[in-house]
Amino acid sequence: MTSSQLLTDPPGTAAGGGDPLARLAALPLRSRSRILSRWVPAVVVGALAAAIGWAFVSAPAMNWPVVAEYLFSPRILAGVGTTLLFTVLTFALGLLLGIVLEVMRQSGNPVLRVIVDGYIWLFRGTPLLVQLVFWFNLALIFPVIGVRIPALGLTIGGSTNELVTPFLAALIGLVLHTAAYMAEVVRGGFLAVPPGQTDAAKAIGMTSLEAQRLIVIPQAVRVILPPLGNQFIDILKATAIVSVIGGGDLMTIAQQIYGQNYQVIAMLVVASLWYLALVTLATIGQHFLERGLDRSRRRVLKAEAGR
Amino acid sequence: MSAPGATDASAATAGARGSLALRGVRKSYHGTEILRGIDLDVAPGEVVCLIGPSGGGKSTLLRCINQLESLDGGVVAVDGELVGYTAHAGHLTEASDRETSRVRRNLGMVFQQFNLFGHLTAVQNVATGPVKVLGRRKAEAERRARELLASVGLAEHAGKYPSQLSGGQQQRVAIARALAMEPAILLFDEPTSALDPELVGEVLAVMKSLAAGGTTMVVVTHEMGFAREVADTVVFMEGGVVVEQGPPAQLFGAPRSPRTAAFLRRSGGEAHSGEAQDADSDAEAAIS
Repeated sequence: MTSSQLLTDPPGTAAGGGDPLARLAALPLRSRSRILSRWVPAVVVGALAAAIGWAFVSAPAMNWPVVAEYLFSPRILAGVGTTLLFTVLTFALGLLLGIVLEVMRQSGNPVLRVIVDGYIWLFRGTPLLVQLVFWFNLALIFPVIGVRIPALGLTIGGSTNELVTPFLAALIGLVLHTAAYMAEVVRGGFLAVPPGQTDAAKAIGMTSLEAQRLIVIPQAVRVILPPLGNQFIDILKATAIVSVIGGGDLMTIAQQIYGQNYQVIAMLVVASLWYLALVTLATIGQHFLERGLDRSRRRVLKAEAGR
Repeated sequence: MSAPGATDASAATAGARGSLALRGVRKSYHGTEILRGIDLDVAPGEVVCLIGPSGGGKSTLLRCINQLESLDGGVVAVDGELVGYTAHAGHLTEASDRETSRVRRNLGMVFQQFNLFGHLTAVQNVATGPVKVLGRRKAEAERRARELLASVGLAEHAGKYPSQLSGGQQQRVAIARALAMEPAILLFDEPTSALDPELVGEVLAVMKSLAAGGTTMVVVTHEMGFAREVADTVVFMEGGVVVEQGPPAQLFGAPRSPRTAAFLRRSGGEAHSGEAQDADSDAEAAIS
């Protein structure tokens, strides 16, 4: 029986009384079978994924005992420490430089703005890998760097090769590159605060600086924290690239070890497990940070939407 | 802390606080002259309503009064003290940011879009000026803020964030925020234009009680009923100049300029685009 037939049934024939729709409303609701739409693809794709996964895990080259042997070895742990150091320093210094760049761009001084635009153009327009190798080879341009003060007959500085260690070259490259992206993130945060907020702050007698510090920045920070969390995770993974100049991070150490014992795959698995663990931790941290901010951020966003 | 604005200059020119004088105020945007030489005098306690078509320069004039926009010519003085500039023998120089912000404390402002601080509760919005700018103690400032919120009928909403308040409530918090600085003059920039029609009345009621309390007010408004009832002086602006000013009975009843008469006919009758709601409430106010 189709619904149109039900609707045209003569009145007073069943429990629903005179209203055929009320009779329909009284019928129990049964869900459609989902065997075809849900279970078949799940089984097929699941089996495929398991087969591919097992092919990797069971491959002789994986050499799990070697993975277990090196996972917590002192050299690997030192590499993990260096990777974390790179990440935290790059994040902090990159953010600082990014804020400076954005303040310069918003200063209203056309020369400063052109310099900032040029900086961002240069550092976002060239690959990080190229920049790292460039800083590593700085000695080819300036064999000696330092400051000479002729009046005192004093020279501070020395051989570039001694001063710019692989660690320093890697850090400089990461920070300068990251700052270009941080400037954009910071800019987005400031753009999200309506100009009326500054007007209102000035109208109650705040100076421009007080308006920025007390009214604009607290609201901009709420906007940029989620993208900053993503930046942190991106930087964490991007640090692996410093291995090309022997930066001493987790990936550098993994490469050094498999250069000696030829357990290439096992060492890559060791590195991957550490990166996964660190990124997972960072993601969990980001989740809690955002959840803490979510209520106040929603308020701010809703307040803006309401305008 | 001494009362803001109590300088030698103001003491010499005015007994009561809250006089405002504009002379030859000019302002251009991208080559278009928005204000073409405005002269205006507001006495302490006077309520002045600025009316006129959109784009006539009313809001710009208000923003020029407290230096949210810099002037291209002319001067603004509050109780005899220049806003935004310092007079020297033979020339004016731009005042420092700090100096301008100090003079601005005398000029409370209420915005069309409320502009409440989104990250602060209602009571924090009201108390932040006294605490951060005037250096009052936080507990004392918040107690005073709650009093002010109660006076605009929002005692129960002190702990709410702006997004949790209706437009009319937000605007009343904004008025309390301006009052908390104990300004000599209050500037209102179309305070009811962004409100739903049913919320206009609650804001106008607060403004009426302020006017009755003797606060100097300059109000840019499309609410003709409010202007007629509350203003001491109504100023009609069009094309960047003051076309006509006078007591509401004279300006509404017997406008001298045909441009004023034409505007009053338009705003009293048919709604012009984008301001339907204002025209509606104008009509209602005119009827009542």
